[in-house]
Amino acid sequence: MTAMERATAPSSLGHGAAANEAAASRAAAAAMLYSRAMTRVAQLELQSRYDTIELAERMLAEVCRSCEVGDEAVYWSGMALREALANAIKHGNKLSPDKRVFVRIEVNGDDELRIAVEDQGEGFDPMQVANPLDPQNLLRESGRGVFYMRNFMDAVNFSTTAGGGTRIELTKRLAKGGRDEKPDS
Amino acid sequence: MKSLIRDVGTVRVMDLDGKITIGSGDVQLRQLIEDSLNAGKPHILLNLKGVSHIDSSGIGEMVGCYTTVTRRGGAMKLANLPPKINDILQVTQLITVFDVFDNEAEALATFPR
Repeated sequence: MTAMERATAPSSLGHGAAANEAAASRAAAAAMLYSRAMTRVAQLELQSRYDTIELAERMLAEVCRSCEVGDEAVYWSGMALREALANAIKHGNKLSPDKRVFVRIEVNGDDELRIAVEDQGEGFDPMQVANPLDPQNLLRESGRGVFYMRNFMDAVNFSTTAGGGTRIELTKRLAKGGRDEKPDS
Repeated sequence: MKSLIRDVGTVRVMDLDGKITIGSGDVQLRQLIEDSLNAGKPHILLNLKGVSHIDSSGIGEMVGCYTTVTRRGGAMKLANLPPKINDILQVTQLITVFDVFDNEAEALATFPR
């Protein structure tokens, strides 16, 4: 759990959420999971390092499985989360040890999984990303992150945070009794 | 990512296991390919049977390795794709780029002897 800076009982995705020392030392799952009616939420504040992606993906799986979300939905949502985090760490925060990435994971009843990822970078325009399926782009080594997210989730929204960074919101609808869905091909 | 390297005739077979993802598996894959080329083994088969995740960096690295190997006169082919990895290659349309085989024997038979 070295990647985790703080664990907070979330009320919003606030950057200044001050966690006390006791919270920081708690086991991650116990500290970050809370239930409110049919909603489960986890919130993470991560350093700008790639190894934190594993922690976030595990937390996503923990939250989803506690809500009996199907394995397929967990897998593809995890893939999308990985891309959002890689984008935030690499392109947003540029791996700066002084900058953080904020993650909020919410399973809303039986209906929806929502993930928000915020960085402290200088903003990002998703419209500038070339279509990786264009024949001239097919052999490019980069530029598929946003494409991954859009394929693996039902909705992907980009916006700018108050601090000028990027906020990515990922949504996956959880069909009752039929949550195991493959990405569109 | 873990890897097991075997030479079968002229072909270097790489049994890959785990995640080909940013910051670890992608870098390892690039190094494995470079090592193979430097060892005079430009015919490479990636056995993906144990691979659970390939993110956009991993897939980008695979594309980069493919073009590097091809440019050096070799060939890089794939075998034993797990269903989710096959799905990823389908949605990215890279299934049309890579030579993909159901099993190792079929793939090995297509390399020059």
